[in-house]
Amino acid sequence: MTILFRKISYLDETAQNLIEGELLVRDGFIADFGQNLGRPDGAEIIEAEGAVLSPGLVDMRASLGEPGFEYRETIASAAQAAAAGGITSIAVLPDSQPPIDDPALVHLVIARGADTGLVDLLPYAAATRGLKGEELAEYGLLRAAGAVAFTDGGKAIASSRLMRLALSYASGFGARIVQHPEDTELAKGGAATAGARATWMGLPGIPAAAETICVARDIRLAELTGGAVHFAHVTTGEALELICRAKEKGLRVTCDTAPPYFDLNETAIGDYRTYTKLSPPLRAEEDRQAVLAALKDGTIDAIASDHQPRDADDKRLPFADAAPGGAGLATLLGVTLAQVHNGALTMPQALALLTKKPAEWLGIEAGVIAKGRKADLCLFHPERSWVVQAGKLPGKAQNTPFDGRALEGAVLGTWKAGKRVYG
Amino acid sequence: MASLKHLLGIGGLNPVTVTNLLDLAESYVLLNRSGKTQRDSLRGRTLINLFFEDSTRTRTSFELAGRRLGADVVNMSVSTSSVTKGETLLDTAATLNAMNCDLLVVRHNRSGAPALLAEKVSAAVINAGDGTHEHPTQALLDALTMRRHKGRISGLTVAICGDIAHSRVARSNILLLTMMGNFVRLIGPPTLLPGNIGINGVEIFHSMEEGLKGADIVMALRLQKERMSSGLVPSSREFFTYYGLDRRKLAYAKPDALVMHPGPMNRGVEIDSDIADDDARSLIKEQVEMGVAVRMAVLDTLARSSEA
Repeated sequence: MTILFRKISYLDETAQNLIEGELLVRDGFIADFGQNLGRPDGAEIIEAEGAVLSPGLVDMRASLGEPGFEYRETIASAAQAAAAGGITSIAVLPDSQPPIDDPALVHLVIARGADTGLVDLLPYAAATRGLKGEELAEYGLLRAAGAVAFTDGGKAIASSRLMRLALSYASGFGARIVQHPEDTELAKGGAATAGARATWMGLPGIPAAAETICVARDIRLAELTGGAVHFAHVTTGEALELICRAKEKGLRVTCDTAPPYFDLNETAIGDYRTYTKLSPPLRAEEDRQAVLAALKDGTIDAIASDHQPRDADDKRLPFADAAPGGAGLATLLGVTLAQVHNGALTMPQALALLTKKPAEWLGIEAGVIAKGRKADLCLFHPERSWVVQAGKLPGKAQNTPFDGRALEGAVLGTWKAGKRVYG
Repeated sequence: MASLKHLLGIGGLNPVTVTNLLDLAESYVLLNRSGKTQRDSLRGRTLINLFFEDSTRTRTSFELAGRRLGADVVNMSVSTSSVTKGETLLDTAATLNAMNCDLLVVRHNRSGAPALLAEKVSAAVINAGDGTHEHPTQALLDALTMRRHKGRISGLTVAICGDIAHSRVARSNILLLTMMGNFVRLIGPPTLLPGNIGINGVEIFHSMEEGLKGADIVMALRLQKERMSSGLVPSSREFFTYYGLDRRKLAYAKPDALVMHPGPMNRGVEIDSDIADDDARSLIKEQVEMGVAVRMAVLDTLARSSEA
C-alpha cells in the first residue's frame, strides 16, 4: 500500500519549517519526502494544493467517557471525533469509572484504543488510589503496564504532604506528576472566575489566585523533591510567570493549556451558557492574553484538547449545578489555527505545540515527519472555513464551548499508520 | 413602552420602562386603596407561581396581584427533593408548556434558573428571585416606595447595609437606583461586600458611620444564619454591633432618613425592633403594600406585550 501526497506543504522533522513538496507513505510508514519523488507503481496519489500535511496530532490530555460514562461517550465515538479532528494519539485521563489505578486497567485502555484502529490511547494512571487523594497508586507497576504519567485528572492533589510524596516517589521511576492546578479549598463550590462578572451574575467565584497558589506550592515541592511536575490547563498570567521562572531555574516543571483558555474569556458565559462552564473556569481577558503570550514564548509546552464529554442532562441545569467540561477533540486544530491566522503564532509553532512537543513530553515515537516513522498524518486546509455547531460535531459528545464559532482550517484527511481513517 | 417579553432582571430594563412600570403601579396603589380591587385585564389568563424556594410573602404578593387582575392563579411549590429525584428544571418547563401557562413567576435558589426556563417555555417569565443574582420586582417596589416618600427617584442617596454578597435584592436595587441617577452607598464587612460590585454611582464602605452620612434612605438586608456558620462573620452579636441598624447608627444618616428592609427581618441581627417598628421612620410595612401594586403592573405589562 503506497500513498503519494503531492502539491502539499509538510512540517519538517524539526517542526520549524513548512516545506512545499511531496511525501511518500509505504506499508504504513513514512518512506520519503522532498521534491519530485516520481510516480511509484500503484501509488494512490493525493493532490491537495494549498493544504498542509502535519504529523497526526498528539492530544496530551483528554477524558473519555469509557469505561463508566458511556452515556456521555464511548471510546469508539471519541476515536471518531479524534480522527475527524486530525488526532492520532490521545493521552487519556484516569478519571473514568472505575478510575485507572490498576495495571490491568491500563492494559484495557491501551487495548480498547487499538481496537478502534483510529487512534492510539496512552493512559495516564491515577496518582492516588481511586483518585481519592489519600494514598499513592502503584507507580512502578502502572508505569510498567504502560501508564505515561500520574494524575488525579480534574481533581487537584490537595494535600501538600501527599503531593510531596507523589513527586518524590515518582521521580524514582523517572515519572511525572500531572497536577490540576487549583487550591481545592478556594475553589470549593465555585462556578466561574471570581470577579465583577461572577458577582453580578450571582455565581459563586473561584479566584484566579487558586491556580497561582497551587502552582507556587507545587513548584516548591518539585524543588524540594527533585521530582517532575506538569501543570495541566494553565489559565492565568500569574501562574505562567511562576512556571517561567521555575524553568529558568532548571526545575523539572512543564505545563500545557487548552484552546478555550486562549480563544475565549469569561464573557463567553453570556447568559448562563453552561457549555462554557469549564474547570478551571474561563478567565478574564488579560489572562487569555497572558496564555497566548506564553504559547508564543515557549513557557507553555503543549496545547491539549482538554476534552471532557458531557451529555445534555449534565449541562441543561442552572449554571452552578451544571457539570464543568467541554468537548474539544474536533476543534483542537481549528481553534489553534485561529492564532496562526491572526498572527500570534507561526504555523510551525502552532503545529509543534500539537504534535512534536506533546509527543516528546509523552516519550512516544509520534508527532514528527521523519523517514521510517509510522505514517500518522493529518492533512488540512488552513483556509477552508467551517462553523462549529453543537449537535453536529463528530462523535457523541456535543458540549463544545465554541458553539457558533467560525473557524478557518479544516481537516481533509487523517491517516493512522498509513490507513486513511477520516476524510 | 418597549415590548417586554420576560422580566428576568433589572439589567434588561431602561429608565423609561422603569418609570412606566412605576406610574402604572402607582395607579394600582390608588385603586387598591379605594377598595375597587377587582380588575379583569388578565381574565382567562393563567399565572403559575413556581417556587423552588420557600417564600410566603413574595408568593402571596404575586398571587394577590394576579387575582386582582382577574387571572387564574396556580401555586406550585416544587420541593428540592423532587428535583434531586431527577426531574429537571426543563422537565418542569415541558409540563408548564402543556398547561398553556401565560405568566410564569419563578423563584429558584440558583442564579440564572429563570433565564434557563425562559428559553424553554412559551410563557412570559418573571424572576421572583434567583440565587444571588436578581430580584427585580423587589427593586421596583422599593423604588416605588422611595418615590412616594421622597417625591422622586433620582438624586437620592441610598445606603444598603449588610450582606451584599449574597443578596439578589441588593444587586437589583443597585442596578435600578444607579440607572435612575441615584447614589448608592454599600456598607458591610469585606467578607460580605465584594469590592468588584462597584459600578458607576456606587461607593463602598466598611463603617456605618461613614457610609450612612447624608443618606436619604437606609436599607438593611437580611443576614442568614449560615453566614455565621460558614465563617464569613464571627457572630450575630459582633455583626449587630458594627452593622446592625439601630437608632444610634441611624443618626449618622440625614435627620429625615427613612428605613427599609426587604423582609423577612432578623430582629436584633441586621435591624433593631425599635427602628423596624417606628412608623415615623420605617417604610417596611408600606413596602409590602407596594409589592402587590408593582407586581400588578409587571403582570399587566407583560401580558399586554405578549398580546402585541
